[in-house]
Amino acid sequence: MTLLWIPLLTLLGVLAPMCLERYGRNLCSLGTATPPAIALLLALNQVPALMAGEVPRIAISWIPQLGLDLAFRLDGLSLLFLTLILGIGLLIILYARYYLAPEEPFGRFNAYLMLFMLSMVGIVMADNLLLLWVFWEMTSLSSFLLIGFWSSQSDARKGARMALTVTGAGGLALLAGFLLIGDMVGSFNVGVVLDSADVILADPRYPIMLVLVLIGAFAKSAQFPFQFWLPHAMAAPTPVSAYLHSATMVKAGIFLLARLHPAIGDSAMWGWLVTLTGMTTFLYGGWFALLKTDLKGILAFSTVSHLGLITALLGIGSPMAILAALFHILNHATFKAALFMCSGIIDHEAGTRELAKLGGLRRAMPITALLMSLAAAAMAGVPLLNGFLSKEMFFKETLDAGLLGGLGWLLPLLATLGGVLSVAYSLRLVHSVFFKPAKTAPPKHPHEPPRLMRVPVEFLVMICVAVGLFPAVLATGLLNLATEAVLGRHLEFHLAIWHGVNAPLIMSLVALGCGVALYGVHPSIRRFVRQFATTDARMIFENSIQRLVARSQSLTERLENGSLQRYMSLLLGAALLLATLGLLELPQLAGGMPEGELDGVLILGAALLIFGALGTVVTHRYRLVSLLMLSVVGLVVSLTFARFSAPDLALTQLSVEVVTMILLMLALFFLPQKTPRESSAHRTIRDIALASALGMVVASLNYAVLTREIDSISRFFIDNSVPGGGGHNVVNVILVDFRGFDTLGEITVLAIAGLAIFKLLNRLRLFMPHSDAEGRVWSPDRYPMILTSVSQWLLPLALLVSVFIFLRGHNQPGGGFIAGLVTAVALILIYMARGVEWTQSRLDFPYQLVAIGGVAVATLTGLGSWLFGRPFLTSAFGHFKLPLIGEFELATAMLFDLGVYLAVVGATLMILANLGKVTTPHRPTKDAQPATSKEKS
Amino acid sequence: MLQHLIVLPVVLPLVCGILLLISRHGSTSLKRVLGIGSTALLLAVAIALVDKAASGEVSYYALGDWQPPFGIVMVLDRLSALMILLTAVLALGCVVFASAGDDEQGSNFHGLFQLQLMGINGAFLTGDLFNLFVFFEVLLLASYALLMHGGGKSRIQAGLHYVVLNLAGSALFLIAVGVLYGATGTLNMTHMAVRLSELGPESAGLVSAGALLLLVVFGLKAAILPLYFWLPKAYSSAPAPVAALFAIMTKVGVYAILRVYSLIFGDQAGPLAAIEQPWVWWLALGTLAASAVGVMAARDLRLLVAYLVLVSVGTLLAGIGMQTPEAVSALLFYLIHTTLVTGGLFLLAELIGLQRGKAGTRLVKGRPLRNGGLLGILFMIGAAAVAGLPPLSGAIGKALLMAAATPAQQPWLWPVLLIAGLFSLVALSRAGSTLFWRSHDGEPSDRPLGRRQLFGVIWLLGASPLLVLLAGPVSDYTQATAEQLSTPAVQIRALLPDAGGDA
Repeated sequence: MTLLWIPLLTLLGVLAPMCLERYGRNLCSLGTATPPAIALLLALNQVPALMAGEVPRIAISWIPQLGLDLAFRLDGLSLLFLTLILGIGLLIILYARYYLAPEEPFGRFNAYLMLFMLSMVGIVMADNLLLLWVFWEMTSLSSFLLIGFWSSQSDARKGARMALTVTGAGGLALLAGFLLIGDMVGSFNVGVVLDSADVILADPRYPIMLVLVLIGAFAKSAQFPFQFWLPHAMAAPTPVSAYLHSATMVKAGIFLLARLHPAIGDSAMWGWLVTLTGMTTFLYGGWFALLKTDLKGILAFSTVSHLGLITALLGIGSPMAILAALFHILNHATFKAALFMCSGIIDHEAGTRELAKLGGLRRAMPITALLMSLAAAAMAGVPLLNGFLSKEMFFKETLDAGLLGGLGWLLPLLATLGGVLSVAYSLRLVHSVFFKPAKTAPPKHPHEPPRLMRVPVEFLVMICVAVGLFPAVLATGLLNLATEAVLGRHLEFHLAIWHGVNAPLIMSLVALGCGVALYGVHPSIRRFVRQFATTDARMIFENSIQRLVARSQSLTERLENGSLQRYMSLLLGAALLLATLGLLELPQLAGGMPEGELDGVLILGAALLIFGALGTVVTHRYRLVSLLMLSVVGLVVSLTFARFSAPDLALTQLSVEVVTMILLMLALFFLPQKTPRESSAHRTIRDIALASALGMVVASLNYAVLTREIDSISRFFIDNSVPGGGGHNVVNVILVDFRGFDTLGEITVLAIAGLAIFKLLNRLRLFMPHSDAEGRVWSPDRYPMILTSVSQWLLPLALLVSVFIFLRGHNQPGGGFIAGLVTAVALILIYMARGVEWTQSRLDFPYQLVAIGGVAVATLTGLGSWLFGRPFLTSAFGHFKLPLIGEFELATAMLFDLGVYLAVVGATLMILANLGKVTTPHRPTKDAQPATSKEKS
Repeated sequence: MLQHLIVLPVVLPLVCGILLLISRHGSTSLKRVLGIGSTALLLAVAIALVDKAASGEVSYYALGDWQPPFGIVMVLDRLSALMILLTAVLALGCVVFASAGDDEQGSNFHGLFQLQLMGINGAFLTGDLFNLFVFFEVLLLASYALLMHGGGKSRIQAGLHYVVLNLAGSALFLIAVGVLYGATGTLNMTHMAVRLSELGPESAGLVSAGALLLLVVFGLKAAILPLYFWLPKAYSSAPAPVAALFAIMTKVGVYAILRVYSLIFGDQAGPLAAIEQPWVWWLALGTLAASAVGVMAARDLRLLVAYLVLVSVGTLLAGIGMQTPEAVSALLFYLIHTTLVTGGLFLLAELIGLQRGKAGTRLVKGRPLRNGGLLGILFMIGAAAVAGLPPLSGAIGKALLMAAATPAQQPWLWPVLLIAGLFSLVALSRAGSTLFWRSHDGEPSDRPLGRRQLFGVIWLLGASPLLVLLAGPVSDYTQATAEQLSTPAVQIRALLPDAGGDA
């Protein structure tokens, strides 16, 4: 349980600064620092257990399906990193207390910092690879916030985005790599994975996995070719840089390599890839560190370089190399954190980090000068400091590496070269800031920082010196535990300053000597290099992202050109293709049923149908004609229904036809009577081909269905219509009873359609043509006499017919739907004959209420059955006797049908009234000017 | 009432919708109370349904007391219960958000919203293919009306594309249902599954034509390549609470594909089994790739979110294309996550746009935000979740899906999925740093955040961390759901005991 407290306490540290911000900085810092301090103590408290050879673990099941557990471990490697993360983290919190300007949001800064710390703690303690990945990506996110902390600066924003993109992308590769490992091993548990090296190495997917994992690690640790994000992350406030680039973020990749080394490190591929990448990075970073003119820039590239060194050691992979790597991790963290903090102090007190504007600061800030010189010396590998020891070990390992075969001498040579660079840039750093006379005065008058701001640096430099002097006493214990965790066994080693005169010592001396010389000539080198065009990684990165965005935009615009015709042709084309594929599987189109007889009427009907359809298409530019052609189709369809004994359908089709035609006519009023030819010849051909092909396919499907015998459920409906539904008209019983739920849905659709059209037209201001296509002004005689009088006495008649159709519906052709349409037609006629105003003043009821009321009646009928403990929409019927009328039947289905009737009438009139409302009161007349359209409420 | 529980997700919003539409001139606050109350009640019903379905039993509700296969049935299993719950959670966030003022921008918002819910819930529950068509119509028309809410040229234009294409889709749906009925003689999906196992070879082609036509229709609803082109514009121009609700609309298509092809075209269908697989799999990958490009191209936050919806569609369909219970379980987890998070992001985009003055949601330099801190945190959560970064739900969903891929699928799925994730990450980090970090000097706008709006956003985005905490139980549920789906025999036994369920 103690283990769980370490991340939990850090999590607490995220919340603490937010709550404490208002109580002043000191308390805020204290509150932030307390939880990680306790966590550090807890971690150190585990040392005895570790010494005894135990590995404390804890696992809580989280997502078994994924194999992701909340599992933590604390072995020597974790401990080493925890000490760095928490220890340096505490120093950073103290440092940041003085670094941030008073107006900056201090609590937020600390919260971000702690979030980052939490992620790092999670990485090094995770005992489950997926959990490790979770924390891994959290470092990317939290570092994004930290790097972009000064968000008003463009540099910070771009640097943050770049870091997030590169490390985030690496994280994605890492996820893939981890999933592959999990697939190979069957578990994501770190312990299990570390024990399964043979399984992993034997798997054919090993190379892919290795590359993916290495991409993740290299991206995080800024190894070549992913090194470019790190220098730009320097836009962050200095405490952040000091933390991210010494002890934490960039060490995460290194940590991962060390963590997984036992499982995946034992192959030639690992050796080659990791060592060479490390060496390349080592030299690359060193070279650019020498050329940079900005303090943090130099430190950034030196970090890249030193990370390369550690990576190379991990690539070599011998036990002593691992030891050297771990030792250098420790050393690098201390001196680099100290150096960053010093550069922050200089920036803070002198107001600039540009070497050109600095110089001679040793007088103004002597203590800082001393501290920074010592740290830089440790970085350069000067004897009696910690950096010297691990660098010495590095030189030795390059000699013993046994990589590159006959070219084996290349490694030590390159290592020495890197050492030379390292000495040169360290020297430059210190010399040009503190010792070289200043050319110009710095922007601020420099002086020593507040006492407490310097404390963290003093502490770190003290460690550098102490470890350099007494390595055996101070570092052996921690390193023992860490190497044991990586190697899985105890390693005998002895850290000492003096090993006698041997090759590594000579290499060190050469590096020191040549380094000083190189610093001497570096101005001429910089002059030489200036001839090359400078490439700013950020520009390249931003430009390539911009290019990607531009390409994406042009591709997207090409895909989505906003043409409805194209989208429609894609939809229909897809339908055509897939339906055709199905048809191709049919052995033959015709099924077993005999074909019916053809007679003259049928042929005539079919011919009319085809004529109507073709006519609609051909005349489509003359909308009115086209509409008339369409109505031919509709009428023939209803005749067809009648011919094949479906009177209900025929009636419905007929009335639907009439209503839609009238509504379409109304809508046509707003459109130009004639449209210009819009389609190109190509498109016309395409459309004709598509339409005819689809037509043929659908026709074939029809034919295939109609000629096949099926055993369908329809027999049930016919058998149960009278005993179960109480009606002789099966179609109507299906509509209101067997499948009443469908009907309820459909009348809801109808009502919504009315509402939708209301919404659409409500605010629409339409252009109203004041004449027809030939330029004839609309007739001033709005309400023709004959129509008015006919419509007036037609209405009661039509209502009567509706009632009749409605009442007989359950047993004979008819029903609420048709009755509703008939009523609607009659009312529409009145509207047309008399106009909206006249009609509405007499038929004063809101149609929305009628339509919704219809749905309500139908729904209530359905709900009624709940009172009798039956399911929704269960029908009941009974026979009653009344004097005079005789016996008759009453069914709840009729109530339901009444709902249908009301919904149809209401929705239809709603559409009509809305269309009419847009025009009528302001329709241009002969003598009146076209009035501006104004809404009538 | 308990015996009618299964039909309540349809009847409750219907009744409330009717009440709201009848009282359209009633007071605004009354309508809001009714709308929110009904949605909250729906949430309670949904929880009860999930509780009922969690037992693993498939139960049904025979409308009009007509037993299957003759009458229409609503079928409750783990999947439909999950979808209803998801809809209710999403809808509650949307309707509360809308009650801050968006609902008064046009007529009948709350009523239409309820009817839209009715359509969605009906589509999730129905066990009848034609009834599915009816509910598709309900939700299409309602969504069209809602899309128009508030008016404006771009909405009308996008709405036209939306409604015309979807009506054409409806026509295809009818043809497909007709063909399937003609070949199998039934409309009940469970019964159709039984019939397919007895189908003679002379009709197999007919069924496959019908099945593939249905795939076109569902693909249009789900917005699969090349049928999604209408979506970005429609979603990005819809009013925020409507766009957020639309996050579930593409999932209706995904659900329909999952339901129809796992039930009707399951193993018992013989040669017709998994007929959709190659199409869904490859087109899903194409959708993922194309929509990732769209994410990169988006110059407006709403449009960006609309493309993220498409990315999620591609991801989900790829899960269907993988055809294993593990993949289905993973995709269901991802579905919960993506629906709520993209919904929340649509709402959040509106809040951001409101405070940025003229710049709105366009990704250009704008006014500083008045509540930049809070909105920034919310954006960060939403963006990390939707891009699939840990520790939020998107990462879990994505990892589950990737882990479910077989070695043959890995080389296709992983790169596409990961690169789409990377594109989202890049686009979102660019968007976020522009919106929150890059602003003109000057005074922030004085528009405060509405409490209800904030509730809507937090309610939806908060689901992501919650989903991570509860990932264990949730993935157990989705796992059980996937297993239930992969054995249609359970449903056949429950609905049609006479068919023996042995098919």
